[in-house]
Amino acid sequence: MTGIATSVLIGAPALAVLAMLAAPRPRLAERLNLAAAGLCFIAAVAMTVSAPAAGARYLGRYLIVDPLGAWIILCAAVVYLLASIHACGYMRMPGEEARLPRFYQFFALFALTIFIAPLMNNPGLYWIAIEMTTVVSTFLVAFEQVAEAIEAGWKYIIIVSAGITLALLGTVIFYWAGTFSLGPTYDMTWRVLRHAAPHMDRALLVLGFLLVLVGYGTKVGLAPMHTWLPDAHSEGPAPVSAMLSGALLNAAMAGIVRYLAVLHRAGLFMLPDQILAVFGTASLLVAALFIVRQRGVKRLMAYSSVEHMGIVALGFGFGGPFGVAGAMYHMLNHSLNKSLMFFGAGNAMRSFGTRSMTRIRDYARHFPVAAALWLAGAVAITGAPPFGLFASELTILRAGFRGAGLWAAIVMLVLLILIFIGFLDHFRVMYFEPAGDDAPRPARLGAWTVAPMWLALIPLLVLGLWWPRAMWRDFQTVEQVIERPAAAPAPAARASARMPDARRAS
Amino acid sequence: MHGFHATPVEASLFGVLAIASLLLAFVMLGSRWLRHYLIAFAAESWAIALLSAAVGYIDHYPELYVIALLTLAFRGTLLPYLLLRIIRRLTIERELEPLLRPGSSLVLGAGAVVFSLVVAARMTQALHLAAEVVVLALTVMLSMKLIGYLMLAVRHEAVSHVLGLLVLENGIFLGTQILVPGMPMLLELVILFDLLIVVVCFGVLVRYLVGQVGSTSALQLRRLVG
Repeated sequence: MTGIATSVLIGAPALAVLAMLAAPRPRLAERLNLAAAGLCFIAAVAMTVSAPAAGARYLGRYLIVDPLGAWIILCAAVVYLLASIHACGYMRMPGEEARLPRFYQFFALFALTIFIAPLMNNPGLYWIAIEMTTVVSTFLVAFEQVAEAIEAGWKYIIIVSAGITLALLGTVIFYWAGTFSLGPTYDMTWRVLRHAAPHMDRALLVLGFLLVLVGYGTKVGLAPMHTWLPDAHSEGPAPVSAMLSGALLNAAMAGIVRYLAVLHRAGLFMLPDQILAVFGTASLLVAALFIVRQRGVKRLMAYSSVEHMGIVALGFGFGGPFGVAGAMYHMLNHSLNKSLMFFGAGNAMRSFGTRSMTRIRDYARHFPVAAALWLAGAVAITGAPPFGLFASELTILRAGFRGAGLWAAIVMLVLLILIFIGFLDHFRVMYFEPAGDDAPRPARLGAWTVAPMWLALIPLLVLGLWWPRAMWRDFQTVEQVIERPAAAPAPAARASARMPDARRAS
Repeated sequence: MHGFHATPVEASLFGVLAIASLLLAFVMLGSRWLRHYLIAFAAESWAIALLSAAVGYIDHYPELYVIALLTLAFRGTLLPYLLLRIIRRLTIERELEPLLRPGSSLVLGAGAVVFSLVVAARMTQALHLAAEVVVLALTVMLSMKLIGYLMLAVRHEAVSHVLGLLVLENGIFLGTQILVPGMPMLLELVILFDLLIVVVCFGVLVRYLVGQVGSTSALQLRRLVG
């Protein structure tokens, strides 16, 4: 079943792109993209359910389907489906009709590149896949072809390409570290790296990990490498912003986590975990400062993505069963919630004809349903119960309070409270500050643009109230792979290996 | 193995080619004319292609000949040609308002090389590798990386940015040839192909920039802040 799911996942968007190229008609492109998104979602669910713990390999071991990759693909497929539905309403604005096929070609291609990245079994090919996501999505960011969008696209491709070359250098360093025990030519896969890790030189491992972390961290949007993110996320069309934020960032995080597993296998815990925690808290801090003083509605959502990627990084940095499970749960919750937020922001932008929050007023009076959904999403994304993000953030905090990352957990808690106040205050202004008399009447919203908000909010509520056991088990299999040091199979030894390794490492 | 056990003559051949590439990176850093950047970049790629071929010959990696040929074709010829077309279309000859005078950038570049040398020497000490080729390869790799970032930071013409990115990649490619000549060829092929796509994308974006922003200078890109 995993094999079929993988071929559907790759085949559906690829065929859709080809069909759109053959028959570039707007409505047809819309339907093809929607059908591909639906198929991908089903395939991703099947893949997550059936992925074997050790990973299934295809195409001569170039592809791997393991629980971590399948989970990240599931998050991406959820966003792809929701964003495709939203795009049906959002992209049908007058004058853009002729360019719709082009949009959907790139959109489906973007989804395809995101799906491929976590499937790559070779770290080098994974790097290329991530680079491809940048190239494809640049055109989606610049799609509206106004000066701001092109500026955002240019900054995006320059900053991310420059940053990601560091990850390439890191990949080469990891390969080099492996040659000392495996000989000059070997087939580099994630598993080979993990197995060779105990024999690798520690200095090389740490250097390689730092390069990879900064490189892929640029793509994930960890501060201080996040500078492209608010521009790209705010200038693309709303469905693209949702894909960038909910799907792409996780796909880049996959690489960091897989390299983290290599370091853990070599017995290096303290250093990489603490570095991840530093980047995570820095992201939270930067996000908090910019959220409080933000004026652009989509930039607000973009900085919130920086915040949540920081939280995910903290989760993996804290480690342990709670840290990893919380981080992975947070990925899905964030994907759902951030899609909802970007749809709401896009709808508000379209109907009020402005990006600036200072000119969106009385939102609830004009659009009672859409406004209620968006407000619920805002409450959810700040980590308030009863939504999924509350559960995942609480789990990550629990992991933080019991380990060496206590300082980071405390900082995280304080910043989350700050973000809660800052973020919701913007919503208070948009919803309850009275508008001037000369305020124009906002344009109407279609069903296509509101439906995906429902589809995102309901699962978010369910995930907040009920954490399925199967998911928990899935997360624990991932945790086994990421957290296990080489010579400690027993759980007791694993628990003790986390704490005193600073001394062992030196 | 690893080219670590090359004879002194062979090691100095690698050294000459690596240092030639580094010098060409300095030529790019010190020049103001876009066309000179381009020629220096092409020459640098040729030096790296020669290095690939030399490593292939001395260490018996026949697949490196293919890499050398492709490097000549892609990095040494096709990419410079594509960039030349962009420059011609833009009718921009040089950096109009450089943020740093070429002299100051050269000094910074020299600092970057010294820093890389210290890092490389420490790394090889930690690895107990006595081979000077390794120190040299690491130094050149890291310093070309830093020089590439320096070019990205102090230049603001779109074409200079693209060239800066290509220098970043050239540095990695050069280091790879000496440190891990046995790296599977597939990767290097895909990276070459990837570069081509990236440059084509930059070409399209540059056209957008000219059309919508009216300039290819990053100094004009200041609408999105905060």
